[in-house]
Amino acid sequence: MADSILRLEALEKSYGALLVTDRVSLDVRPGEIHAVIGPNGAGKTTLIGQISGSLQPDAGRILFEGRGVTHLPMHARARAGLARSFQITTILPDFTARQNVALALQAHQGHSFRFFRDVAKDEALNEAAGRVLADLSLASRADIPAGVLSHGEKRSLELAIALATAPKLLLLDEPMAGTGREETDRLVEVLSSLKGRYAMLLVEHDMSAVFALADRISVLVYGAIIATGTPEEIRNDARVREAYLGEEAA
Amino acid sequence: MENATASLFRARLVPGLILAAFGLLPVLAGLIDDTFIVFFAIRVMIFAIAAVSLALILGFGAMVSFGHAAYIGLGAYTVGILAENGVWEFYVSLPATLVVCGLFALVTGAISLKTRGVYFIMITLAFGQMAYYTATSLSAYGGDDGLTMWGRTEIFGSSMLSDRMTFYYVVFAVLVAVWWLCRTMVNSRFGRVLQGARQSEMRLQAIGIDPYAYRLAAYVIAGMIAGVAGALLANAAEFVSPAYMSWHRSGELIFMVVLGGLGSFSGAILGASGYLVLEEVLSHVTENWRLIFGPFLILVVLYGRGGLLGLITGGKRDG
Amino acid sequence: MSATLLAVQTLNGLQLGILLFLIAAGLTLVFGVMDFINLAHGVQYMLGAYLAVAAYGVTGSFWTAMLLALAGSLVVGLALELVVFRHLYDRDHLDQVLATFGVILFLGEAVKVIWGSSPLSLPVPDLLSGSIPISDGLLYPVYRIALIVAGLLIAALLYVLVTHTRVGMLVRAGATNAPMVSALGVNIRRLFMVVFGFGAMLAGFAGIMAAPILAVEPGMGDNLLILAFVVIVIGGIGSIRGAFLAALIIGLVDTIGRSAATDIARLVLPPAAANDVGPAIASMLIYILMAAVLFFRPSGLFPARAG
Repeated sequence: MADSILRLEALEKSYGALLVTDRVSLDVRPGEIHAVIGPNGAGKTTLIGQISGSLQPDAGRILFEGRGVTHLPMHARARAGLARSFQITTILPDFTARQNVALALQAHQGHSFRFFRDVAKDEALNEAAGRVLADLSLASRADIPAGVLSHGEKRSLELAIALATAPKLLLLDEPMAGTGREETDRLVEVLSSLKGRYAMLLVEHDMSAVFALADRISVLVYGAIIATGTPEEIRNDARVREAYLGEEAA
Repeated sequence: MENATASLFRARLVPGLILAAFGLLPVLAGLIDDTFIVFFAIRVMIFAIAAVSLALILGFGAMVSFGHAAYIGLGAYTVGILAENGVWEFYVSLPATLVVCGLFALVTGAISLKTRGVYFIMITLAFGQMAYYTATSLSAYGGDDGLTMWGRTEIFGSSMLSDRMTFYYVVFAVLVAVWWLCRTMVNSRFGRVLQGARQSEMRLQAIGIDPYAYRLAAYVIAGMIAGVAGALLANAAEFVSPAYMSWHRSGELIFMVVLGGLGSFSGAILGASGYLVLEEVLSHVTENWRLIFGPFLILVVLYGRGGLLGLITGGKRDG
Repeated sequence: MSATLLAVQTLNGLQLGILLFLIAAGLTLVFGVMDFINLAHGVQYMLGAYLAVAAYGVTGSFWTAMLLALAGSLVVGLALELVVFRHLYDRDHLDQVLATFGVILFLGEAVKVIWGSSPLSLPVPDLLSGSIPISDGLLYPVYRIALIVAGLLIAALLYVLVTHTRVGMLVRAGATNAPMVSALGVNIRRLFMVVFGFGAMLAGFAGIMAAPILAVEPGMGDNLLILAFVVIVIGGIGSIRGAFLAALIIGLVDTIGRSAATDIARLVLPPAAANDVGPAIASMLIYILMAAVLFFRPSGLFPARAG
């Protein structure tokens, strides 16, 4: 359908007898933040893996901008505009923050079979990388090896790398994982400033962040989606309260 | 953070010193009238070329190829077999070497690079061994005993390479060119991808790069360079032997790169020099020099991270 | 090639396959459980043969020599584990490969110093001497038959050990998920030592069994080590079953290929060219087989690791 940028149709995956994705269908509309929440072991990371292409579903379809991408490898999906951030920080630790972002920009600019020009002296590339870093308040840390950045800075860099590929959809796998209160607030601010410019599928544990950011929320329990709706609807959904929110929502 | 002086030292001074040393060596050797040193230095430079090519894939791409000596052998055999059939011209033998080694690297690399880790090590080792056994079974070209070349490659009909000094500086020029080429590639967009893939395959996939083709390209380039080293080795020795591609040779090449310090081409050159000097010295001390060398190698692996380059600059190994 | 020759070559192929299996089994277990690549495994095979020759020189009995050499292989294996390998489990494969390469250089040279470079041999024990007829007018040595039978028995024993014992269960679990095994509170160090010692004894046993029929010389393990790698790549890392089948396949293909390649080449080439090309093709055969398997199944025929 034209009005959704990402659409999952009856996605299924199991590990042996364990059904980790149980006929999951959902869609993300242009400019929307759609959050997926659920208790530990609900199958959120497996779902992200299938959308980004690091895992193959057993059945069902994934449509990106109306095009079937179910069997495309991860790098091809990334090229099509599907950028993911990782729950466990996956940056290139020996590269500086700027080099990390520059590589993502470089990837977006086409093939890299360019053997002779010194990429460190490619001013256009470096400046573009600098701008992305500045957007995420990392300008002052641009030339520090990414491996020695603080945890919160690494989370921001992870986001910067995803943005550098000029994505149409951001697939965010627990972007706030392991960050402190202050860092979380900062990331929420960053994400809400990006709201409207990018469609986002946000998988997150931090409930206050999810309810602050999301336009719609889907609740995943034991691999199946039990409810989808606005934050207000989800807050008041009896099944969700029972299955997931429990005491917290009371 | 790394000491800036040490870094500058490594980037500029060490390469300069190495160049100066190899460039001036024949002059100094001439002063004391020592031909052995010149012959020995030619050998060192040839293995340095091969070590630099291995450093490209091993140090920057984390591809532990245990079959790199096969390319030295293939290069040497290409030159030797052409010569045996009366073709001596470099403008035939050089492209032939590049094509033979490039194709072998393309086919074996395309298969090996589908795998990771120990698989890659074992498969490259197996393909190297395949080349070795094939050479020993070439009865028309000497089989086990190898093949004597009755002369050296000619350059437009001139046998100038038979002059020791000319040959020395040709090898020197090739070393410098290869060194420059590899450094340039590592600093290019291509090099970024190669080094990024070493750090995280997943990250590259996620930004839209499939590292496979880039790894394969690096693997093929490294194979071709090692082939050139082999062609030079055949000329230096005027002899071609299956022993050039034994898996022990591949192991020694890896050791050269590690001994010099991973992740640096100057290191690879230092490592090749250090290894061959050590072998030369130890084999003068005792016929059973491997009794000393084996444990030395183990100690270097266990305690000598950073290699010779780290020792000189005092800096830590960069990646 | 006649049917008789084919029968003989098949038996020879099985025999090579059995030796390969004994070596590959230890290697693949060590890979699977410890993620450790041990290039020195071929040297342990060589040491088994040398120890048997030395022990025979002292005792004059093949069977006593075998027991002593087995014990010796175990002691050497455990000593290597203690002095060198133990420090390498946490290292990357590059370090493992290089350090074990150093062990090869050292032990290979040590063997030369102690026993010299010329080939030695071990007599076939009286019990297994002589030949038996396997078809009209064709005799096959009893010892070689015994080698094949012994190998098959060990393969069966290994299969039972891996599938029906506690250690075997841990080994299987370790091959699929090493962190989980260690999280279960198993003493990983001890498990490693057991697996390692066992692998060393298997390699040593292969060396002892090979001593009466192959030349005992420095470097005898090199060729078999690399063939064992090919076996593991084809069979799938960590899989005993894969190693067994792949070892037999490689043994048969290599042996029969070598005896038939020139004849086959003669079908399409003039005799002189066939005599040149045949052996070259024959020596490439198993590597081509490996490449083909990898092309279709990158993790081998029987991958032990899930996912």
